[in-house]
Amino acid sequence: MSKQQGRTWRWLAGLATLGVVGVAVMALRPAPVSFEPGEAVTRRLSAEQYENIIRDLFGEDIELGGRFEPDMRVDGLFAIGASHVSISPAGMEQYDAMGRTVAAQVMAESHREALLPCQPQDASAFDEACARTFLQDVGLLLYRRPLTHSQLDSYVAAAQEANELLGDFYQSVGLSLAAMLASPSFLFFEEVTEPDPRNADHHRLDGYSKASQLSFFLWNSAPDRMLLDAAHNGELHTRSGLRRQVDRMLDSPRLEAGLRAFFADNYLFSDFETLAKDGQLFPKFSAQVAADAREQTLRTIMDVVLHRDADFREVFTTRRTFMTPELASVYRVPLFSEVPNGAPEGWHEYEFAADDPRGGILTQVAFTALHSPAGRSSPTLRGKALREVVLCQKVPAPPGDIDFTQFEDLANAEGSTARERLTAHSSVPSCAGCHKIMDPIGLAMEHFDGIGELRLTDNGVPIDPSGDLDGTSYDDADGLTQAVAQHPAATSCVVERLSARALGRLVARGERPWIKHLNDSFGDSGYRLRELLREISLSEALYTVTPTASDAGAVAALSTSPATLTLEDTP
Amino acid sequence: MKGKLTRRTMLRGMLGGTAVGVGLPLLNCFLNENGTAFATGAPLPPLFVSWFQNLGFNPGRWKPETLGAGYQNNVELKVLDPFRDRMNVISGLRYFMDGRPLETHVSGVQIATMGSLPLGAQSDPSLDTAIADVIGARNRYRSLEIALSGGRQSLSRRRGGAVNPSEPSPAALYARLFGADFRDPNDAQFTPDVQVMARRSVLSAVGDERRAMMQRLGTADRARLEEYFTSVRQIEQQLDLELQAPAPIAACRLPANRANEEDPGRAVAAVKQNNELFAELVAHAAACDQTRVFNVNFGTQGLRTPGGVRDWHSLTHEEPIDPVLGYQREVTWFIDFATATFAQFLHKLDRYQEGEGSVLDRSVVLWQTDHGYARTHTMDEVPALTIGGAGGRLRTGLHVNINGDPSTRVGLTVQQALGVPLNSWGRLSNQTSRTITEILA
Repeated sequence: MSKQQGRTWRWLAGLATLGVVGVAVMALRPAPVSFEPGEAVTRRLSAEQYENIIRDLFGEDIELGGRFEPDMRVDGLFAIGASHVSISPAGMEQYDAMGRTVAAQVMAESHREALLPCQPQDASAFDEACARTFLQDVGLLLYRRPLTHSQLDSYVAAAQEANELLGDFYQSVGLSLAAMLASPSFLFFEEVTEPDPRNADHHRLDGYSKASQLSFFLWNSAPDRMLLDAAHNGELHTRSGLRRQVDRMLDSPRLEAGLRAFFADNYLFSDFETLAKDGQLFPKFSAQVAADAREQTLRTIMDVVLHRDADFREVFTTRRTFMTPELASVYRVPLFSEVPNGAPEGWHEYEFAADDPRGGILTQVAFTALHSPAGRSSPTLRGKALREVVLCQKVPAPPGDIDFTQFEDLANAEGSTARERLTAHSSVPSCAGCHKIMDPIGLAMEHFDGIGELRLTDNGVPIDPSGDLDGTSYDDADGLTQAVAQHPAATSCVVERLSARALGRLVARGERPWIKHLNDSFGDSGYRLRELLREISLSEALYTVTPTASDAGAVAALSTSPATLTLEDTP
Repeated sequence: MKGKLTRRTMLRGMLGGTAVGVGLPLLNCFLNENGTAFATGAPLPPLFVSWFQNLGFNPGRWKPETLGAGYQNNVELKVLDPFRDRMNVISGLRYFMDGRPLETHVSGVQIATMGSLPLGAQSDPSLDTAIADVIGARNRYRSLEIALSGGRQSLSRRRGGAVNPSEPSPAALYARLFGADFRDPNDAQFTPDVQVMARRSVLSAVGDERRAMMQRLGTADRARLEEYFTSVRQIEQQLDLELQAPAPIAACRLPANRANEEDPGRAVAAVKQNNELFAELVAHAAACDQTRVFNVNFGTQGLRTPGGVRDWHSLTHEEPIDPVLGYQREVTWFIDFATATFAQFLHKLDRYQEGEGSVLDRSVVLWQTDHGYARTHTMDEVPALTIGGAGGRLRTGLHVNINGDPSTRVGLTVQQALGVPLNSWGRLSNQTSRTITEILA
């Protein structure tokens, strides 16, 4: 028996043992809040989740070599859109190609020793036992639950047939692996439910679905073996077992990937993919600046919420950030480092001075440049983004039949400022209603041009950045960011969006009491995001659903012989 | 289940019997509807090309003065004069909102392509997918999507939220079409690839997961997974095609792999250059019967000239009407650029000869836009164009005014001409059962 084989054996044996002793399910404490659960959803893996799983399972050096179908943003989040999208023929072509590219690398001589639990005696012949062991093991991790007997038989048989054609064990098993990577059980996260033993009207996610719910939420990746073990032995159905796993996951370095994914989704960072600035007007802007700007904001957020575990609201006000030489040029700040030739490279901590107009992520390039058109700044776009992204307030679409004639002369006049041009909006009743909630916010950021570089005048006229946000008046961008940080919607918005991300859908009406509870406990914790993640992860609302008509059939369908991991199943 | 066993048995048979060579024993499951892919002498199949250009034209500058045959192109369509006898100008289209809020530059696109406004997971598919299911179901690609100014979004969508991703790079499209997996129909020697056979066999294990999964899912999710399995079948079909000797296609020639693409983006120079490369690939892909449906998204919204502070879309709202000209000067520059780009695309299809006619002759190119007048987002007096007669399926050379009828009359007409079995198309006020009889042959 090889070393790898030994490892797998021990693992499988461990699972089997736990399966026997893990039946002592503890009674759960009564729910702290009463709520009416929403419905179960089925999510397509996001591009990033796919990448994370491949990296977690097979290592950093595996290339995907494909292009993902675009994700769909619904109610502000890709994480909700994931429950609405399917896979098109052209998208499937890509998944098929990526699956084969990944599988070929896993099976290549350079990787097979490390990644396969066994090796065949003769690489040209089909070693069924070895194929079965590998596919069962990798299948558990990819499908986030044990393969059923029929699934496993089907993939083993497919590899055997391929082996007859190809006369190559590794290639053939690799094709079965590729097929698994293109299968619905991998590409979609289906919430499998079962009757809730404590409430006849509800269903709960089964242990494996709970594991996936947690790991996609906290890690943006599939469950690891320990979490699957906990699912297998019923631990996730107990309060203490769930807490043990959640605490372990919150302490894992993988939490950062989960948090980054949430903020990148929430702050519309996918728009960086198509962000372009006019080279003649903004020669400093480059693809590198765009990538660094995105990273800068994520680093700033991680610094507050993860590394310093500080008050979440600091993300809007902190003067502490991180710089690269490319960004330093846009921010016009000196960047020194103590290297032999004095040339700074990579990332450096940077703190804006107290009198600098910059502070917090809303004054960073990733916000000001992202919400500007290619050739100029736009107070309206920035104001709209702040309302929708940071405060979760929906700005209605503009009326279709706008006549711009009244603004045109002013818009093209020499020496007019954005403020003057936008004041024209308030002269038209159908525009004024919405523009007065967007423009004043954006005007406070007019000191930052189309790529976020500081300027004091617009068209030669000094910029007036004063205004008010829902009753709090301010003199400049700094005042605006303080007003945002104190705005009750700034914290309730992150509660709302994180919960929606965890659920894969909007929070249902009956779940509002849960959200209220989360808001209260977020405040009680001094707005520590970690505590909020923990509270959400321990919530019954995350794992409880209203049964649908087809659930009766669901239980029957799933109980058709899941492959129990007993020793008889292994060679 | 039966089909799977048959195929697997056959694959084994091919290997065991060493029947690997030219004369493959073809099973029915490997054949297309006619039994021949494209036999020489058989009428060439129709092609469908959708071309979406947001922001439309200027009122008063595109509509021909006279109706019916013999119309003269108005100034903004002059560049299409070489195609006048083979095109139709359709005026007077209307998009109905039925009380839903107007999402400017979006609602019109949805009604034009889907015949209705979106309904979440139950949204209607776009018309190109219905056409592809009829004319292109047995091709290597059901359809190909092109984004002329970057991005991955296309307007081609199936029910259940499956949006076909767009290809923004001509080089990548070349690789996909004519790279390693391309089988030249004119190769004398045909050897089925055992790798492909093995892939085909293994893929059926994915199909085996279907039943159990479908039993568990609710209605909306089931529709989404149905789309997924349709896509899996498309891959299986591509592999089946690779396993049979293609019938020779006299007109099929490989395009040159030209490396001079511009970085996909919204600068006009890149759009112009990449359009030329894409058009060439489309012509060759059509001639080699790799697909019969193409969707081109011009992606006008952010289009810009170098150094221009504002893009086309911003200009439509912010540029004053030139008091002398009577229209927006810079906006009109973009309109002329877009139509010239379209004309260049059509010329490429027209210059590819296949026997008597050209690729364009057996195509219907459907040009659509989002608003009647982008400046004020009007949803009436919207234009549409069709170019090409699809091998005699459409009458051409006409200007037809549908006088405020739903725009869906155009989509219904094109779908019927291409054999989609539909009596009516669209929803609510956008529903119609009236084709444009003037142009239906």
